[in-house]
Parts: sequence; C-alpha cells; structure tokens
Amino acid sequence: MQDHELRIALVGNKNSGKSALFNALTGQKVHVGNYPGVTTHLQWGALKGGYAHLFEKTSVRIIDMPGLSSLNAYSTEEKDALASLTLHRGSQDTPNYLIDVIDAGNIEMGLYLALQLLELNMPTIIALNMIDEATSNGVTIDTVELERELGVPVVPISATKQQGITALLEQVAALKDHPLSERRIDFCSGDLHKAIHSVCHILEAPAAQVGMPVRYAAEKVIEHDEAILTQLDVEQEDLHVIAHIIDHLEKDSGLASETVMAKERYAFVDDLCARCASRVETSREQQRSQKIDRVLTHRVWGIPIYLCIMALVFWLTFSVIGGPLQEALEGFFDWSGGAFGEFLLGVGVNHWVYDLVINGIWAGVCSVLSFLPIIMVLFFFLSFLEDSGYMTRVAFVMDKLLRKIGLSGRSFAPLIVGFGCNVPAIMATRTLPSERDRKLTILLTPFMSCSAKLPVYGMITAAFFGTKATLVMISLYVLGIVVAILLGFVLSRTLFKGDAMMYVMELPAYRWPALSDVVRHMWDNAKEFVKKAFTIIFLGTVVIWVLQNIDMTFNPVSYSSQSILAAIGTQISFIFQPIGLDSWEATTALLAGLAAKEAIVSTLTVLMGPLIGSGLTIAAALSTIFTPLTAFVFLVFILLYVPCLATFAATRKELDSTIQAIGIVVMQLVLAYVVCFVIYHIGLIFVG
Amino acid sequence: MTLTDLAVGQTAVIEDIVGERIQRMKLLDVGLVPQTKVTVRKIAPMGDPIEVGVRSYVLTLRKAEAALIVVKQEEGA
Repeated sequence: MQDHELRIALVGNKNSGKSALFNALTGQKVHVGNYPGVTTHLQWGALKGGYAHLFEKTSVRIIDMPGLSSLNAYSTEEKDALASLTLHRGSQDTPNYLIDVIDAGNIEMGLYLALQLLELNMPTIIALNMIDEATSNGVTIDTVELERELGVPVVPISATKQQGITALLEQVAALKDHPLSERRIDFCSGDLHKAIHSVCHILEAPAAQVGMPVRYAAEKVIEHDEAILTQLDVEQEDLHVIAHIIDHLEKDSGLASETVMAKERYAFVDDLCARCASRVETSREQQRSQKIDRVLTHRVWGIPIYLCIMALVFWLTFSVIGGPLQEALEGFFDWSGGAFGEFLLGVGVNHWVYDLVINGIWAGVCSVLSFLPIIMVLFFFLSFLEDSGYMTRVAFVMDKLLRKIGLSGRSFAPLIVGFGCNVPAIMATRTLPSERDRKLTILLTPFMSCSAKLPVYGMITAAFFGTKATLVMISLYVLGIVVAILLGFVLSRTLFKGDAMMYVMELPAYRWPALSDVVRHMWDNAKEFVKKAFTIIFLGTVVIWVLQNIDMTFNPVSYSSQSILAAIGTQISFIFQPIGLDSWEATTALLAGLAAKEAIVSTLTVLMGPLIGSGLTIAAALSTIFTPLTAFVFLVFILLYVPCLATFAATRKELDSTIQAIGIVVMQLVLAYVVCFVIYHIGLIFVG
Repeated sequence: MTLTDLAVGQTAVIEDIVGERIQRMKLLDVGLVPQTKVTVRKIAPMGDPIEVGVRSYVLTLRKAEAALIVVKQEEGA
C-alpha cells in the first residue's frame, strides 16, 4: 500500500458493536469530521497511543460507519456511508482499509454483508465481535475454517471487554505489509456465476475509469441499480448485451435478478454457517428476550407499560434523583457565590465590577449549571433504554399509533432523544429510510421539551406553582406532545401525504447495557452542557448585564428600567401584549432564549438582580413581572417557539435547505403565538 | 398465499418477493429470500407490525411488507 496513513473504516450491521470497537480503539477521543463532497459526519478518531507501536511510523485513523445491512442504501445515513466506501478511492477523506464487525451471535446477516464488502477489493479483516456472549449462549464458531472459506483474517474479539483488540490490530498491521491475496471467493455457481462473469468483462474499462471495483459494479448493475449504472460510461451496444444477460438469468430462474442474487448469497452464507458454526436452536439470550417480550410487547399491556416506563423515567429524573441533587448544587453555588462576594468586597473591589461578577456572571452561569445533575440523569436513562434494545420494541408497539400521525415506529427513537437534546435527535433522523418520515420527524422533534428548557420550567414553576410545580411541568411536556400529535395529524394529511414506507428491521436480543457506554453518553452530553454554560451563557450574561446597566447615552443607570435593554424590550413588547407578556424583562428573556434556552434563566436572573439585591426572593422578584397565568403563558411560549440556534443549524443542514428551515421557524413562532393567545384569553375568563 | 395469511405460530417457506424494487431489496437484504423458512411469532398491540423468526434471528415488519412475501406452507405443517 503506497498510502502512508491507514484509514480504517469500521463497517458492519447495526448493533454489531462498531461503536464499542471504535471506543476501544480510539480511547473515546471521538470527534466529528466532515467529508468534502459528501454531506455527512462520520466519526473519525486517532488510534489510541497504546496501540501505535504496532504500526511503527504509519499513522492510523479509525472511522465509525453507520450500520449497514448490505451495499444498498436506503437512508441518507447509509447513502453517505456507501459513497465513502465506493467513491473517491485514494482520497485523504475516504477509508483505505476495512474492519468488518460481525456480531458472533448473528453471523448470517453479518456474513451476507461481508460477502459484499469483499467485492470492494479493499484490505479487509473480519472482527467477530461479542464472541464471549455467543460462547456463553452455546454458539461455537470455527474461525480457522471461516478464514479459509472467506480468504480474509477472522479475529474473535469482545469490544466492550476490550478482549482480542491487540490480536486484531496485529492482523491489521500484518495485512498492511502484505498485498491482498489474489484468491477471491465466489459465492455462486451456474447461471448467476456466468452472468456476473460476463458483465464483469463488459464493465472492466468503464469501472476502472471511475475507480469502482468491477465485481461490485457488475453485481449492482445486474441488480438493476440505476444509480450505479449512470455513474458508469457504458456504450449503448454493451447495455443491450447486459440487458440480454439479465433477461436470460431472470427467465431461467423465474425470479427477479435481485432476488436471485440475494438468494445465492444467503445460500452461500447458510452453507458456510452450517460448516463453521454450531449452535443451539434458541439461545439462552433469545429465550430470555422472548420471556421479557411476553410482558413488554404484550398485545394489551405493551402500550400502557411503555407509558409507565416513560413516566417512571421522568419521575426519577425530576423528583427522586435529579431534583434533590439540583437543589443541593444550587445551595452550594449560592453559598460559594456569597463567600466569593464577601471576599471581593473585602479587598475593596469597585462596586460595578462586584455587581457584574456576582449578580451578572456568577448568578447567571450558576443558575444554568445547577441543572447539570438533572440533565445527566435524564441522559443516563435515555441511553440505558436505547442500549438495552427496548427502543426497538417501542417502535414495534407504537408503530401503528404513530402512523396515524404520519410517522413510523422508527421515528420514535429520534423523538425520544429530543427530550434530551433536539440537535442529536434531528441528526438521528438520518437513520430513517424515507425522506418523508424524516422531514416530518425533524419538524415535530422540537415539540419534545429538550433538557435545556428544563431549567426554565424549573425556575418558573418553582416560583409560581409551589406544590403543584411538578404537575405544571408535566403538563408542559404533555402539551408539547399533544401539539406534535395534532400537527402531525394535520400535516400528514396535507403537506406530507403518502404512507410511511419500509419498516422492516431486526429485533435484537435484550442486552444489559455496558455501563461504560451509558456513562460515556451521559458524560458527552454533560460536557456539551457545561461548555455552553461557559461560552454562550457566559457571554450572554455579560451582554445582558451591560445593556441593563447603561442607558442610551452609555451612562450608568440607577434603575434598569432606564436602560438600553428596557428600551429595546419596551419597543417590541407590544407584540407580546396580546398574549399577556407585556414586561420588557420577559420580552428580553425570550430574545435571549433564541440563542439557547438556558439563557432565559440566566437573563431573568441577571434582570432580577437589583430586586434580589434589595432582599426579595427570586420568586417574589419574578412575581413583579408575571402573574401565575402569564408565567404559564410564558412557559408555553418557550415550549413552542424556536428551540435554539443550534437546532436551527442542525435542521437546515439535515433538510439541506435554508428556506425550509426558515419556514419551520416561522411555523414555530406562529404556532407559539396562537396557542399562547388562546391559553391567555381562556385563562383570563377564569382568573377574571 | 402471503406471509400475512399465516397465523401466529405457523411456519412457511418463502417462494418469491414481489413489489417495487426498493421494497424487495430491503426484504431480501434482511434474509427474506426464496427457500427460507419463516415463522410468525407475534402481532403488535394494534395488530400491526408483526414479528417473525428467520434463521437464528428475529425481524419485525409491517403487514404491508409481509404482503409482498409470497409463501407456501409445508405439507402437514
């Protein structure tokens, strides 16, 4: 290999443990890289230092690919992954080496993909992952025989337990120094074999021209893959010959050529498995899954149980674990802020600086940071449910209901992630096989109250609703869901007509999630949150504090109502008067919330600073600008209006359209306004 | 007959996959190919999708997809 760098792509079925291997190889130094020409973010990472000696001077990068079932692309995510494997060969941004990760407990699907990967003509090694689980489930695999049959190294590993990683890398290093063996496996014989052979012959030159592996090209063309055919410059005459070959194949077998191809591949795989793998009829793992599913996907109890589980998660997050931790942290910040303030006053710091640091930055940043425990607990539960295999069951149980609002059971995972953060949720829609499902899911995700809205809900409900705070909080979550359902119902019958397509997916066995994965997921999100607190929120508090303390002539003000901020807020507050939010403080907070929802909390905290300084509690201070009714309207507006800049950016990127993304923003604003208008005026009737 | 005609617990052998190309490809890729045995294992709470066993794994698919799978029940099964 002339390349001085190994760019190893981890390829394999969904759920085969690629990401676990990625983490084992890179030491979790995950970062998201961009592809030139291909719109995707595949995760790239450098090989862990401890393994570098195996490769001497060659640098090694690892790429975590999305899960594939074959070399056919159905979702955007799969299209991106495939493009990087089959196009732009030799570029610095595409892999030049494959590790095919196969779940030892489900080798048929893994080998079906492997057969196709081998056609790509790249140095390939098979990592037989979760070998420990498979063994304890009574599966034995003859790796030597498998290696001989496939002609590539097969290394048994356990990525989560970090077993076999060194052996795997030694094989990678060994294969790097020796050119690929010429021996090719042939999965078929007879008519299909002849057909592939003939088409290969015709496509030799056109495939070489675009740098596409010829056997891959031939098989795709036989499978009627129009997209591949248009990439190849094939002469008209030859096209006729190819059409004739395919025609012949189909007539003889009585099946479509795609069917023949898949059938032959699976026949080869089944035969290979019969020789190389022995196993029990139903593994213990499957038996256990079946038992669990007898309850969790029960015909009657499936849906109620799911709702109970979600309720339990939120209850544990907000009331039992996260809530008390949040209060404790808040107490700590109050105490340390006080002590720090005393210190500043003690050394005689200028009172403007004192005010900026303590009532501006400290109060603002800490008001947001104190929600860290709740966010960590929420992500802990969400990733636990996802890793255990329960989310696939939820898709199964909820599919028909979701289809009524134009979504699919598969949209469910992104929507649930939306409760954590909308940005990864919107990115996760890439796994959906239909564009229509994808767009609708992106549109509805922001109505799932994300964890950044939590601090706002927490602050306002605690101030206004006392013992009913949790109830009001839940009502907001429910309202978001109800709005999403209604909107989905309407949109799927107007703008997004057509039935959601293609659902089929594997139902993985339940697995006890690896604690390290769950913790990593939790930690990544916590880091993002803290980073935001010290960047955008920090900056925001400074800007708000300054604007609040100077007037139009840049002189310090004695009352914030004379400040620039008040002037701006007052100017636009007429817009919000019809929905009861006429105070300039509320308007300003909403503006700040466009950047990030946590900024609403820090902004209100800074704005209430003077009142709090004069001895009022935060609740008392807030009640100077809100009544319980307008406080609720304020929260509803926050629930429904534009989520944040980051979500807007993600939406724009995933839809690949600025106009559509702006359209969504307009829709959110109008919807928020209308719903708030209705709630406010109905509320007025009761409150009087 | 198609896969939708099977009751829970029944097994049949796939004869052909019909429908649009993209739908057929998806079903073939997950191993629903002719001459393969499938067993209907479960039906979801709302009557759709269904859960089937193939080889050593389990798949879930919608009835609309199951209707594209032409099957033949084995004698005496």
